[in-house]
Amino acid sequence: MITIKDLHKSYLMGDSSLHVLKGIDFSVQEGELVAIMGSSGSGKSTLLNILGMLDSADKGRYELDGVAIKDLNETKAAKYRNQFLGFVFQSFNLINYKNALENVALPLYYQGIKRKERQKQALDYLTKVGLHDWASHLPNELSGGQKQRVAIARAMASKPKVLLADEPTGALDTKTSYEVMELIQQINNEGKTILVVTHEPDIAQMCKRIVKLKDGVIVEDSITEQVVVSNHV
Amino acid sequence: MFSKDRWQEIFQTIGKNKMRTFLSGFTVALGIFIFIVLYGLGNGLKNSFNKFFVDDANNVIFIYPGKTSKPYKGFKANRRIEFENSDLNDIKENFTFFLEDITPRIIRNANVRYKNKSNSYSTRGVAPAHQKVEKTIIMQGRYLNNNDILNKTKHAVIGRLVAKDLFKDENPVGSYVEINSSAFKVIGVFQDEGGDNEERNIYIPYTTRQRLEKGNDKLDQIVVTFRNELGHTGAIGFESALKKFLKDKKTIDPSDSSGLNFQNVADDLRRNQQFAAALQYIVAFVGLGTLIAGIIGISNIMVFVVKERTKELGIRKALGATPKSVIQMILHESIFITTLSGYTGLFLGILLLQNLGLKLEDFFIINPYINVNTALFATFILILFGSIAGYIPAKRAASIKPIIALRDE
Repeated sequence: MITIKDLHKSYLMGDSSLHVLKGIDFSVQEGELVAIMGSSGSGKSTLLNILGMLDSADKGRYELDGVAIKDLNETKAAKYRNQFLGFVFQSFNLINYKNALENVALPLYYQGIKRKERQKQALDYLTKVGLHDWASHLPNELSGGQKQRVAIARAMASKPKVLLADEPTGALDTKTSYEVMELIQQINNEGKTILVVTHEPDIAQMCKRIVKLKDGVIVEDSITEQVVVSNHV
Repeated sequence: MFSKDRWQEIFQTIGKNKMRTFLSGFTVALGIFIFIVLYGLGNGLKNSFNKFFVDDANNVIFIYPGKTSKPYKGFKANRRIEFENSDLNDIKENFTFFLEDITPRIIRNANVRYKNKSNSYSTRGVAPAHQKVEKTIIMQGRYLNNNDILNKTKHAVIGRLVAKDLFKDENPVGSYVEINSSAFKVIGVFQDEGGDNEERNIYIPYTTRQRLEKGNDKLDQIVVTFRNELGHTGAIGFESALKKFLKDKKTIDPSDSSGLNFQNVADDLRRNQQFAAALQYIVAFVGLGTLIAGIIGISNIMVFVVKERTKELGIRKALGATPKSVIQMILHESIFITTLSGYTGLFLGILLLQNLGLKLEDFFIINPYINVNTALFATFILILFGSIAGYIPAKRAASIKPIIALRDE
């Protein structure tokens, strides 16, 4: 599903440049649930942003579902993002003046789906994350966990090939974190490829594979015994 | 551009962000409103100017006799020049091509009495052509005619205020007044836009005035009107030809500047028109300034609005919005708001101007108005610049990488 080869990325910090990713080789098969771990500054978020075409690499190859991702202009990137990727952010990034249903329906708007159909599909996804009754609430009327579930529903709505989650539990307490991870596992079990960036070991343990980054290189890549949340709660 | 979905998306954004919508809408409406009101008041000022200075006919030359300052052909200096009836005929015969009409003026103050009321007024012995010169408007009855001149009738046309002073509510037409103990029949009442003093005049036939003064044929002034087709240059040419002719007839040194005094209204008119033009420039400048202030206002708001939306735009881009769709959305929204509020401001401004009418007459502003095309053009300009002002930050926001936009807290 995802293949990257020799990926490099530097940021200019005034006069000096910061070499964040120093040659990443990495691939993900369909249906995997991968945790990308590392302390802050290890380059894990940068990697995810490049995978998500939110940011561009300086050097290296990137293939997504058999499509070479290169020479992206913003329009092309926007189309790929809409077609291939779903995002879940630490700070949810919901649009605050749109209610839960409208937030979920937004990627469908950019896919050119008609309003009625859009709302029907969005409501299906909200039901799936257990928020059917909260469809007409604005984000500031929802709890953190609910917001993240809306964000997950939104990420799923565009039927992406890959779901990218950047610290999805970073702003949540433990109990809510586990609930969100349970949802992610459930979606993964339905066959969706998911990458989760986290620095929390217990969250990483809930994935099927752990990739550890340190100083811009992969230091460890292992299959792990998945902790299934629903068995614990 | 006109898909129902897009409109719904825009209406939602507008409806859910009332403060933002209000701010930008208000700026545009206020800009247009102030522009229209200022521009309209400027036009009102111009109206009063025109009323004060351009109320008389403008194809008129007044000729006043004076005293010579140079000896000429055996005449001493300091000789008083006088006009006679023959001068009228001579001018008529010699200047048929230029001349439209001619009238003398003999001005005398007189005590005028009706029943037990009396007052002092200025009487003007004139010919019928004088009506055109002063743009005298007949309210009741008629003006003097050629029969009055030929028969030296004792007919008088009195000003509106004379009628008000002497007759109160009575109908003056047909009644007799005593002018310096001589009975005159009132044949008409007039009004004049030149103001109250003009309406305290009494017009009588100049021939009657001459008969009262022992049958002389002296005239105070001669007023000629020339054909409008002459234009300003033609009028100046006519004036100098007339001057030459009269100086010759009255034996005045051609280089003597004080024997005859000419006042050419065409010259005055030109000066007044220049002043009016200057006034117009000031009005236009004020309008332009207001418009520019409005444009700057809406530009600021647009920059602020787009800045405020950076994060939202980043989210939209992460969800698959293309830069083009982001720009279109912002433009569509801003054009919608500016157009709607622009026309609201336009409407309110015109409404205010129409209601002002004569209420600001004390400030020399009469009937302020704005040309509809000017108003529409100004509104269009403001909408256009509002859009451009929205486009630039929108384009920048659309090209920022979503990751940077998302970081914007």
